[in-house]
Amino acid sequence: MSRRIWNFPGGIHPPENKQQSKGSAIRSVALPERLILPLQQHIGSPAKPVVMLGEKVLKGQMIAEANGVVSAHVHAPSSGTVTDIGDYPIQHPSGIKGSCIVIKPDGKDQWLPHEGIEDYKTVETNLLLEKIRNAGIAGMGGAGFPTQVKLSPPAGTEIETLILNAVECEPYITADDLLMQERAHDIINGLLIMAHIVKAKEILVGIEDNKPEAIHAMEQAALDTPVEIVVVPTKYPSGGEKQLIYMLTGKEVPSNALPAHIGVICQNTGTAYATHRAVVHGEPLISRITTLTGEAFAKKGNVEVLLGTPISHLLAEAQADIDNMSRLIMGGPMMGFSITNIEVPVVKVTNCILASSKDELPLPQAEQPCIRCGDCAKACPAQLLPQQMFFYAKALEFDKTQHYNIMDCIECGACSYVCPSNIPLVQYYRFAKGNIRKQALETRQADKSRERFEFHKARLEQEAAEREAKRKARLEAAAQKKADTPSGTLSTPAPAPQEDAKLLVLKTAAATSAKQFQQAKKALALAEKNAADNLTELQAKVTQLEAKADTAKTALREALKAQKTLAAETTPSGAKSTADTKSGS
Amino acid sequence: MALLSITSPHTTKSGNAGVVMRQVLYATIPAMLASSWYFGWGVIVNCLLASATAISCEAAILHIRNRPVVFYLRDYSALVTAILLALALPPLAPWWIPVLGTFFAIAFAKQAYGGLGSNPFNPAMAGYVFLLISFPVQMTSWLPADAGIGHSFSNPNAVGLWDTLLLIFSGNSSSGAAFEAFTGATPLDALKTELSLAKTTEVMHNNPVFSGFIAGRGWEIINLGFLLGGLYLLSIRIISWQIPVSFIVCLAFLSSVFYLYDSDRYASPIFHLFSGGSMMCAFFIATDPVTAATSRSGHFIYGALIGFFVFIIRVFGGYPDAVAFSVLLLNLVAPTIDYYTQPRTYGHKHANRGFSKKDKS
Repeated sequence: MSRRIWNFPGGIHPPENKQQSKGSAIRSVALPERLILPLQQHIGSPAKPVVMLGEKVLKGQMIAEANGVVSAHVHAPSSGTVTDIGDYPIQHPSGIKGSCIVIKPDGKDQWLPHEGIEDYKTVETNLLLEKIRNAGIAGMGGAGFPTQVKLSPPAGTEIETLILNAVECEPYITADDLLMQERAHDIINGLLIMAHIVKAKEILVGIEDNKPEAIHAMEQAALDTPVEIVVVPTKYPSGGEKQLIYMLTGKEVPSNALPAHIGVICQNTGTAYATHRAVVHGEPLISRITTLTGEAFAKKGNVEVLLGTPISHLLAEAQADIDNMSRLIMGGPMMGFSITNIEVPVVKVTNCILASSKDELPLPQAEQPCIRCGDCAKACPAQLLPQQMFFYAKALEFDKTQHYNIMDCIECGACSYVCPSNIPLVQYYRFAKGNIRKQALETRQADKSRERFEFHKARLEQEAAEREAKRKARLEAAAQKKADTPSGTLSTPAPAPQEDAKLLVLKTAAATSAKQFQQAKKALALAEKNAADNLTELQAKVTQLEAKADTAKTALREALKAQKTLAAETTPSGAKSTADTKSGS
Repeated sequence: MALLSITSPHTTKSGNAGVVMRQVLYATIPAMLASSWYFGWGVIVNCLLASATAISCEAAILHIRNRPVVFYLRDYSALVTAILLALALPPLAPWWIPVLGTFFAIAFAKQAYGGLGSNPFNPAMAGYVFLLISFPVQMTSWLPADAGIGHSFSNPNAVGLWDTLLLIFSGNSSSGAAFEAFTGATPLDALKTELSLAKTTEVMHNNPVFSGFIAGRGWEIINLGFLLGGLYLLSIRIISWQIPVSFIVCLAFLSSVFYLYDSDRYASPIFHLFSGGSMMCAFFIATDPVTAATSRSGHFIYGALIGFFVFIIRVFGGYPDAVAFSVLLLNLVAPTIDYYTQPRTYGHKHANRGFSKKDKS
């Protein structure tokens, strides 16, 4: 391979432990008694159920639809009946429950009629994206980002390189490895579809050199295609998206930006395969390849498992020695999370179930003082200073952890792995990051409520002013009436109240608009003092309100004049009404 | 089946801080053997006294501080401090010298700051400087390099185990001779004194302390012992090469420049590298991770500056050797070096330099 590999700094070489699950072909799993499908299997907002309790569903039928752009559909993995829509334990480190749709399979495994696109090159990319969206595909490497969103970079972004992340650097996991060995052509085809959608100029597949069989299969499948297979040296975490992009292109994804900003899109092997199934066969994402490994499993290996299959079913299927199992991990030993309930279902991102015995993954040793050896900094693939971040996280000085770029930490665990003092560093970083996010949220909320309070106050003041104006107007009207009554003749009783009401309205309008004008003027003065950026806007508002106030005033004056004339005609007490005119302005 | 709930990573490299410290202890063995070969049983006695003091001090203070005693003792850091200090002490120093020095190192230079990992100064060197300033006579009285275990048959003046014990604990040997009767100057001492008497380095070769193969007799072998131990630590990656190499290169460079300028008044680079505490400093003292700079480029600056100060103090300063002073000086500077040598984080255009905004205000 002539392509240059940019080696990223740091990284570790933990025992690979891949042989245990690599030996046998991908096997299928019997239908479980029930399928539990979480509405949230991806990053973004959870899907919305579109089925009713007791409804019969067919295999591949949509049971929950994407809610918004960053979301993904959920489909029935097999035909059966919806028996429950409610909270069940889901794939989350906290052991939290989440909304799920439960299906009891009827055993017929009857497909909903579906069809694929024969030649993807002849159809519009929008249609292909729609197909992918309809299949509910979300990144299957672990993050679960909806695939069609990733394949629709912001307008104006040119995609230089499409990278297939087939590195699989986590120890123990062989799901992508086996998938590549057995279904390389489909993966390459899925990759080509993606490349067609984003119009990538260069298509690369990054594979670690510890998978010779997969490399061979992929090279064979990539013959006569523009796809280039790039073998990278085995080092954890070379499968980290940022690390792989750097290794293959020498480009770094800027902090707080997406790979698309530098013209790169990275997709996972399983995702490419699912894309192929969706576009070519019209099949939604209802199953995936998952590695079953760890000493507790008797039958280690890779299985093609329906999404929603409870882990307990897999444990039984692979004859796990449950008494000997001390830790159950979804994902790999470096970045996976432990689950405490074996009823948690397999979801779109479940690439591995690691059921370890106590000897295999012993209890963490007690934390000793940091001796500042700097091994963590040497291992960090993001070039951070883990020891500094640790000190400040421990001291609750989160702004300093941010100074040390803690938000750029990818939580790969390399630092914790090498720490001679057995400090659970990543845990400290998660703690600090969680607090930083919480603080940011609180600041945002405080800003919002302050704005709300100020707006509320302004509105109350305005209302009070209006009420005051109305009251004054009423008083005046009453005084007018009083003045009218004693000397008023009975010949004109009808028009007087009518005129009064009209006058009242005009008075209120004049008072309100005058008040509004004053307020706007005050706001403008304040804005000028603070050099706010919406000066012109405020200026316009002031002018507008001034005009309005003038109009209202004139109208009132005219009305008063008319009334005065009227009063002068009907009553001789003209002195009283002069005072009225004054109060109107 | 109670499943554990632990956050990732779920696996770590085996080992703990104690393993690291034990390796450092093993690595001192060549130098310790060489030292006792040339300087006798006193070296061993010093090591034993210092170790006993270190362990009891550490245990007592941990107890006072309500910390788990056995857990912290098992990091072996107190023993490392004790051995490194003991190897830097004159072999026939009275018993209270290692005891007092170790007590100061553990109680004041280490535990007072919060124990392992929190001390700004290298405890062994702090203890050494404390002793050197407080008891200059006892601290500068060394045996000639042929009084050790290796010479017990060939040299009638060699100090045996019994005499060593008597001298250390009572101050007089079995023959009634006092401590001072056995001791003399080190090569670095002699160099300083004789240069001040306007002798040339050529003339000094008549002085037996300089009769080594490449540097001072005995001392060169002890330095080789530290070099050997250091190479072992490098090979098992307990220490990294940046600090030792930058220290050695800087010291060698400066001494070469001066040696080439006037070889009559300045000692050769080889003499500097293999005298006094040079190699011990390069591989065992300057590399103490707790008190050194931690960033990669910071290592170079830190090591080179120690080399610089060692040379300057040795040649122009008032003390014959300068390892302890230089190391303490650089311990002070290490955090600042770290602030200015932060690496550039992935995805960032520039590295952070200096203090965070909060620090500045």
